[in-house]
Amino acid sequence: MSTTFKHAPGFVSGDRPKIVTSRFEFADSFTIERYLATDGYKGLRAALTRPASEIHDEVKSATVLGRGGAGFPAGTKWGLTPQQVWPRYLVVNGDESEPGTYKDRLLMERDPHQLIEGCLIACYAAGLSQCFLYIRGEMALAQERVATALNDAYAAGYVGKNILGSKFSVDIVLHWGAGAYVVGEETALIESLEGNRGMPRLKPPFFPAVNGLYGQPTIVNNVETLANLPWLLCNGVAAYTAIGTKTSPGTRMVAVSGHVKRPGVFEIINGITTFRDLIFGEEFCGGIKNDNKLKAFVPGGGSAPWFTADQLDLPFEASQVGPAGSMLGSGAVIVMDETTDIPAAALTLTHFYAHESCGKCTPCREGGTWLERIMRRIVDGDGTDADLQQLLEVGAMICPGDFPHAANEKLGLTAVPFPYKMTTICFVGPSAFAPVHSALTLFRSEFESRVTKRVTIPVTSVSSVKTVATAGVHS
Amino acid sequence: MTIVDPEKIVVDPNLVNITINDKPVVARKGEVIIAAADRTDDFIPRFCYHPRMSSVGMCRQCLVEVETPRGPMMVVSCMTPVAEGQIVRTATDNVKKAQEGVLELLLANHPLDCPVCDKGGECPLQDQAFSHGPGESRFVEEKRHYEKPIAISDIVYLDRERCILCDRCTRFADEVAGDPLISFTSRGNDTQVMTFPEEPFSSYFSGNTVQICPVGALTAKPYRFKARPWDLNETETTCTSCSVGCRIVVQSSRDELVRFQGVDVDPVNWGWLCDRGRYNFESVNSTERITTPLIKSDSGLVQSSWSVALDSAARIIRHALANNADSVAILGGARGTNEDAFAWAMLADELKVNQRDSQLGDGLTPEIFNLAQATIDETCAASTIILLSPDLKEELPVLYLRIRDAAQKRKSRIIEFSSHDSGLTPYAWRSVAFEPGRQAQVVRETLETKDMQEQIQRGEVVVVVGRANLAENEAFTLHALGEVLHAIPNAKILPVLRRGNVRGAVAVGLTPQQNSGDAIDILTKAAAGKIDCLILLGANPLADVADSILVKQALAQIRNVISIDTFITSSNQNADVVLPAAAFAEKNGTTTNLEGRVSNVTQQITPRGTSRPDWMIATELGLSLGIDLGVSSLDELHQKMISAIPEFASCDNEAAIQSDGVLMIHDALATISRGSKVLVDRNSYDYRLIVSRTMYDAAQSTITSNSLVGIITESTIYVHPLDLARIGVVDGTNIRVGVDEINIVLPVRAHSGIHRGTAWLPYNHTNVDIRPLLNIAADVIDVRIEQIK
Repeated sequence: MSTTFKHAPGFVSGDRPKIVTSRFEFADSFTIERYLATDGYKGLRAALTRPASEIHDEVKSATVLGRGGAGFPAGTKWGLTPQQVWPRYLVVNGDESEPGTYKDRLLMERDPHQLIEGCLIACYAAGLSQCFLYIRGEMALAQERVATALNDAYAAGYVGKNILGSKFSVDIVLHWGAGAYVVGEETALIESLEGNRGMPRLKPPFFPAVNGLYGQPTIVNNVETLANLPWLLCNGVAAYTAIGTKTSPGTRMVAVSGHVKRPGVFEIINGITTFRDLIFGEEFCGGIKNDNKLKAFVPGGGSAPWFTADQLDLPFEASQVGPAGSMLGSGAVIVMDETTDIPAAALTLTHFYAHESCGKCTPCREGGTWLERIMRRIVDGDGTDADLQQLLEVGAMICPGDFPHAANEKLGLTAVPFPYKMTTICFVGPSAFAPVHSALTLFRSEFESRVTKRVTIPVTSVSSVKTVATAGVHS
Repeated sequence: MTIVDPEKIVVDPNLVNITINDKPVVARKGEVIIAAADRTDDFIPRFCYHPRMSSVGMCRQCLVEVETPRGPMMVVSCMTPVAEGQIVRTATDNVKKAQEGVLELLLANHPLDCPVCDKGGECPLQDQAFSHGPGESRFVEEKRHYEKPIAISDIVYLDRERCILCDRCTRFADEVAGDPLISFTSRGNDTQVMTFPEEPFSSYFSGNTVQICPVGALTAKPYRFKARPWDLNETETTCTSCSVGCRIVVQSSRDELVRFQGVDVDPVNWGWLCDRGRYNFESVNSTERITTPLIKSDSGLVQSSWSVALDSAARIIRHALANNADSVAILGGARGTNEDAFAWAMLADELKVNQRDSQLGDGLTPEIFNLAQATIDETCAASTIILLSPDLKEELPVLYLRIRDAAQKRKSRIIEFSSHDSGLTPYAWRSVAFEPGRQAQVVRETLETKDMQEQIQRGEVVVVVGRANLAENEAFTLHALGEVLHAIPNAKILPVLRRGNVRGAVAVGLTPQQNSGDAIDILTKAAAGKIDCLILLGANPLADVADSILVKQALAQIRNVISIDTFITSSNQNADVVLPAAAFAEKNGTTTNLEGRVSNVTQQITPRGTSRPDWMIATELGLSLGIDLGVSSLDELHQKMISAIPEFASCDNEAAIQSDGVLMIHDALATISRGSKVLVDRNSYDYRLIVSRTMYDAAQSTITSNSLVGIITESTIYVHPLDLARIGVVDGTNIRVGVDEINIVLPVRAHSGIHRGTAWLPYNHTNVDIRPLLNIAADVIDVRIEQIK
């Protein structure tokens, strides 16, 4: 089949390197035939001829950063498991549910074999005896394609017992999620996989690498992280690290949504491509819809603090985005143009996180909903100016101390670097506060114009009653 | 000055030095910070943390700061293990702010209906809102609303508005009780504790969830709106409902018992109680209690005075003794205190009455107390626990919790020998089934196998032995025990005889003397007209002895019955004299649990009417008979007992008796040999009967407790599902069960825990009396089960 997509996600006309999206342009990219015709399982073959420790070292020296959100190097993560404890598992986190993020979905839909090969390489290199592939419940097509691909891979001898005639055996188990955002958190995912309510476990003591699935050492890796491995094994560390920067080599998938001309998933170069390139570059999004002005954008998924035009020239590099007050997170950019109703946009995100709270820890369960209700009141026009302070105070109960935010020249703000402190187990609670805090810090005037100003009548000064006839005065 | 060689100083490798608020604290490795802090004066607020359960870190109330290389970090102290050199601060500004924040959030949706809440006054949420809360709330939205309260079982009510979702009750049900019948449902702000559809929270341990609930979300029917905590008077005592001897606090209001709470003692109950022990105090308050002495007249029992009744009793005894000392017998005495039993034993000694038995044919020979004994702790620390016992979950529920815990935490492996599945079967390493009567052979053959041998070699072995089946001769259990001890000579045993103070009663001598017969022999002699006077010490043989035909014949033949009891029962309704006894919590003394642990029972309320403790009745009856027992107070009696009974010589430690208890002195003198009994094969059309007790049966204390009486189920026979098909009826059908010419009609139900060819008949349930089927002289009982055509 020679059908190709001109504007497949990640497709670029230029000579930008393609690591994980190289097959996206083919209409049959998800079949084993296409995969084998385009160097498929070559990385695995290459890996199996060499000792596992060598592969592990290779991944480590390539500094393959985790693409799920935290950006922890995969090679280092694999090294955290205690030796000689069996069985040990690989759990693939395909429960991609961060608002704005849909890169893993495409990787699973368009190139499932690449993921399977990545899993096998990871299991071989890190000495893991079984792999669990957890795919979000709503991703029907991804589930179907991965399942088909896995059957084909089993039939072709790439998965199962004595893979490709070697002594290496691994089984891959598929598991569909049941629709909970928090299960994207690795310990909650493990709970869910075990058949329990998807609630995060506390680290310590439940560091998955030591005490994970069924109490065994478990590596949890993101889909995109693993999808990088076949290319790395085929082309070598030097080719991989030649792309991107020293601290963030390679490429990464970024899903762009919102007010841009061409939303989609793009494979950008780590550390080099800037937000300006991505949003305004012709080969990417092609600028803001209707050529409006950019108001704000979320750089790393719904839970990341927001940026404005001031931060457009930052590259996709964690070591620069963090100090600037946000995070790259799950690789999702949400663009808001000048027509955006900022309080309403923040409410949408806060509602999501409050709704998705698992209910385990108090600050998230109670605080998230509280934030949402205050925001709702403000958006509905029933808020008061005291509510603005109240939002920050409730947020401080979830995230004590200074909450990260971006610098803003016009407002005279300097950046507060990432990360935040938190009283919760996982990041769902702080995520409910992040959009509220960003919106309120960067666009306070929009809130102030929405709320009713309450003036307390001083008890001692009766005369002031004349000037403030009623307690509530619309500004 | 002694000079210590520095090389000889042994540092315990399990100790860790940490600092809490600049004060050094020695902690144990693996301990969490909050547990170490609990040994200091610095209180860390908490809701979800409970020392007897795993930590979940849900409520976030116990946040503290720990120094790290990157500066102070906020951690939850219930999940963070201690580490050498750790610096913990529990009251910095940041910590205070975080704790206040969590408390404000917890209160955000809490209804604050403290004035009408039973927990008000003893509520951790209320207390910590004062001590660690922000003082006022900024929450102005409408709070969460739920229907309140909803009954989640016959006893427990759930108010979801008050619930702060700490996971204590759900964790208890799952981890400790093994009855995961309540769980979180819904998500986020709508999270709530709920039962599963059509399945109530019918755990035997549901009351513990009420006790550990840190708010008023879970309340129990017997205590709802009965009292306020500040009006309660309380005393610590030992529960005597069964022989586990759980330490409890008895609380009363206006001289009426209102609530029992478990006390956390390491050797016994860890703070847990079963629901029967927790709620059967209602029977003490029952209006059906006997409050004055009763004597027989033409119109039945009539109220009398103590002097008349005691005179009348003395006359009866004197008259009977004049004929023959062997024409007087005493049954019972296991329900009172050690002192009660001792006083009666002294009186019996003076009167030379040798025929006495505190067991009623449903236990085991007292000789098993002379074998090498294990405590509950030793049992739970043994590598192997062999069960030759009744279903502990039904009969000794808190012992079940302890042994289940040992198995769950993989400290011990359970080898169970049972004729039907018990509460511990799911936790057993091996569960070996036998047909009633064949256990000795099964035990012998099982223990010979290789994997059993390997397991036995792993370390200590404790045999939990008790009477599992009332339709089976006790010799079978003893033969099986003999086989175990033959295979494992150094195994220790934990005797599990269920009656509250049976061990104490046996120790002081309420047990057959001078080779006279046991309770069954006494009743057999009585049926033959050889007993003139029977004294029932809180015993109800018609209910307790598993042979109603024998007991009816005996009671018909005995000329005079003297009963000391708290209620009119089927056995004493025709007695000549009924003397009202003080009930539990109405008297002081000591009690002995199944492991031989002596601890105190204390008086909390005034005895009802003119009722008196058994020991006082014994001394006064003695005076009426011209015998002076030489005691005028309980203290004197206690001292006399300690000096007279060698086993109790260790009981002079008052402080220990008032807390963890003291183990009685025990010499392992006896051995038990193997034995055998020829057993006739079962007719393949018949079902071999298993008769055992369940927790809620028609026991006097249960049927007179308003909250429990409704839980008692009707008599039902249980068979294997395939046998149900063989009988040819559907679940719940009335069928006829017969032995020889005796037939009873009752419903049959399928039960997958019953083996084919056997039938399980719970003892002493309502509606149908199954006792006519039982014949205590028979080795085993095989019954016909037939459709009613």
